[in-house]
Amino acid sequence: MRDTTSAGQHTSATPLLQTVALTKRYGTFLANDKIDLDIRPQQIHALLGENGAGKSTLVKTIYGLVQPSEGELRWEGRSIVLSGPSQARARGIGMVFQHFSLFDNLTVAENVALGLDGKESFKEISARLERVSHSYGLPLDPKREVWQLSVGERQRIEIVRALMQDPKFLILDEPTAVLTPQEADQLFVVLERLKSEGRAILYISHKLEEVKRLCDTATILRNGKKVATCNPKAETAASLARMMVGTEIKEVKPAATREITVPRLAIIDLDLEPDDPHGVHLKGIALEIRGGEILGIAGVAGNGQDELFAALSGERLAKDPGTVVIEGIAAGHLSISRRRKLGAAFIPEERLGHGTAPRMRLSENALLTGHVAGNMVLHGFVNTAATLNAVDRTTETFDVRKAKRDPEAASLSGGNLQKFIVGREILRNPAVLVVNQPTWGVDAGAAAVIRQALLDLAAGGAAVLVTSQDLDELIEISDRIAVMFHGRLSEPLPTAEASREKLGLLMGGSSLEATEQAHAAGT
Amino acid sequence: MELIEAIILSVLAASTPLLLAATGELVAERSGVLNLGVEGMMIVGAACGFGGAWLTGSIIVGALCGILAGVLMSLLFAAMALGLAVNQVATGLALTIFGIGLSGLIGAGFVGERITPAPHLYVPFITNIPLIGRILFGEDGFVYLSLALIAAVWWFLYRTRAGLIVRACGDNHVSAHALGYPVLRIRMYAVMFGGACAGLAGAYLPLAYTPFFIPGMTAGRGWIALALTVFASWRPGRLVIGAYLFGAVTILQLHAQGAGIGIPSQFMSSLPYLATVIVLVLLSRARTGGSTAPAALGTVFVPDR
Repeated sequence: MRDTTSAGQHTSATPLLQTVALTKRYGTFLANDKIDLDIRPQQIHALLGENGAGKSTLVKTIYGLVQPSEGELRWEGRSIVLSGPSQARARGIGMVFQHFSLFDNLTVAENVALGLDGKESFKEISARLERVSHSYGLPLDPKREVWQLSVGERQRIEIVRALMQDPKFLILDEPTAVLTPQEADQLFVVLERLKSEGRAILYISHKLEEVKRLCDTATILRNGKKVATCNPKAETAASLARMMVGTEIKEVKPAATREITVPRLAIIDLDLEPDDPHGVHLKGIALEIRGGEILGIAGVAGNGQDELFAALSGERLAKDPGTVVIEGIAAGHLSISRRRKLGAAFIPEERLGHGTAPRMRLSENALLTGHVAGNMVLHGFVNTAATLNAVDRTTETFDVRKAKRDPEAASLSGGNLQKFIVGREILRNPAVLVVNQPTWGVDAGAAAVIRQALLDLAAGGAAVLVTSQDLDELIEISDRIAVMFHGRLSEPLPTAEASREKLGLLMGGSSLEATEQAHAAGT
Repeated sequence: MELIEAIILSVLAASTPLLLAATGELVAERSGVLNLGVEGMMIVGAACGFGGAWLTGSIIVGALCGILAGVLMSLLFAAMALGLAVNQVATGLALTIFGIGLSGLIGAGFVGERITPAPHLYVPFITNIPLIGRILFGEDGFVYLSLALIAAVWWFLYRTRAGLIVRACGDNHVSAHALGYPVLRIRMYAVMFGGACAGLAGAYLPLAYTPFFIPGMTAGRGWIALALTVFASWRPGRLVIGAYLFGAVTILQLHAQGAGIGIPSQFMSSLPYLATVIVLVLLSRARTGGSTAPAALGTVFVPDR
């Protein structure tokens, strides 16, 4: 088969890797529909698209994890078939996974060894690991077990593991999603160096500013189809987003007038030991949020955000009732339901399993948080009409798309389920809303709806506490931003003063970070 | 003196089937598969092992028949739990129930028959050394085999690349799959090894321990082997200690009854399980992080392709 489309289109030599009309079908669902992609050496190529656009399927196919239904892969001009990742690695294709493909109970060196196919002895691997990690400025201690490491260090393992195969082509799946801005900057330095060494990089990201800054080419996927290949530096973030979504995204607008009223949620010197060995000890957390205000909490995942959420929602009770005050009432010792009765509402990070019971219907899930207030329960019996009504109202107000009136929670897409959960709580009209990662893994359109809803809720007089790892989101909607690090909460900064640099330093623990890195490099 | 020697000899003999079966289960669980069918694989191994030895007159043929029977039983488990992704706990329990019935059927023809038990090692002069001679150099071949096997398993798990891959599959099968390892095939081999060990452990009973076959003669040893892997927190070294400890408890219980000590035998025979519970509590309290059990243990894996 001859390829007539790409010949002569570009000035540089044959692409390193080409996908030609690559198609992947799952049943009748087209995950990838005739995708053509050219990867050239010494280029950072962005792959953009919303969740479910087919990015993951495409890179899994290129890495040999998934077999294409139709179309072909070409490596240095020749057609190839990859029956597994080891064959991809043998050709020089490396991959850094989004949800790290690491083994928590194995050491760093063992994790690296598992990603290599050569005949090196374990000793040689350890030695080479130290050499490679130092030469790229990615310090790692080969003997430590992965569960002891921070997220940033875990990613270093993935990157070093890929680099140890000396790949010609490296795929990175959302590498900065879990990093502080400073850690991301360090990663970009490494990527620029890899590019200058002549390697090709395929870079998947949701962060459009990052793509504009780093990438030479961008390919945009939507609903499994390629919609465009462009130069991201010549585009705006808005125009890239438009191509990803296919329609204009509504801009999120804060209300023109907003009244900041009385304190509705206060945390006073909250100290809480973790109940599991991996948990974070909350130390001296103090915070006050007034009605009409949105307070954002930034921070790298695993610095105590989940523990704080549990303490606020009542999933864990504080020893001293006065440490959590909802609507002027000491609530630290109260159960979740009694806190809800005080007018609080809680939206956890995990949609399936924490925010909803996956195999229960939406109406049943509405009942799970709505039973304390309203008419959902009459004399101990479920008022099905009321629960269905709650589902309908949420569906209508928040544009939740679903196959039938009352499906199982697990059948909804991530974005739609999140809209349902946020809507379920907001329509109860809470005085205090605590929400963790409101738009995590949600497509741009749904994210805009959710952010607007949070702004509107605050405009209506509620106090809103938003925890997020997305700094852009916090800057967009919060009035003040505080940062969590190692179980402590910084003094909140007014958003106008909270630059990304400042927040980034706080997220890394500023001075603490330097000593930690010295420690990691020294051992 | 003679009594002590006799007790130690009987402890070694009682511990060997536990050690053999637990060694196999340890490898299977390290790969992430919880096979509760050990008891069933053992009893079928016992029936087939005795049958093979009785028909041919050869202990070695008997042992091989036991191993083969255990492997076939484990393949049944693998087909269900790995191939069809059925719940491992349910499949394992079913395998045990099935095995107990099947062994009765197989063994019906030779209940009451006797064979010559496996010979014991005899090294001139050395075996005659008082006390240690018979204990160290006068056992049957299975005792030495079981110790060599657990040493080999330790070496395999911690010193070879293949062992590292097995441990990786047990820790995180999604990652192992993403790196291109055939998780299900690796687990199948691990389960088959577990079956072979359980079959051999079962065959040990009629071939060396008591030279005849009776239905249900494993008498819960498969369950003790399962408890043993937990007791050993999935480490080969601790498994050896645990096996001899559990074996000793079993024997002491007999001697205690014989000596007329007023502890109910039921209490004594529950001691291994009690010890396992205590060890589990101690382990989880002493834990600083990470998990002692293979993190993916007992979870179903279905690769997407």
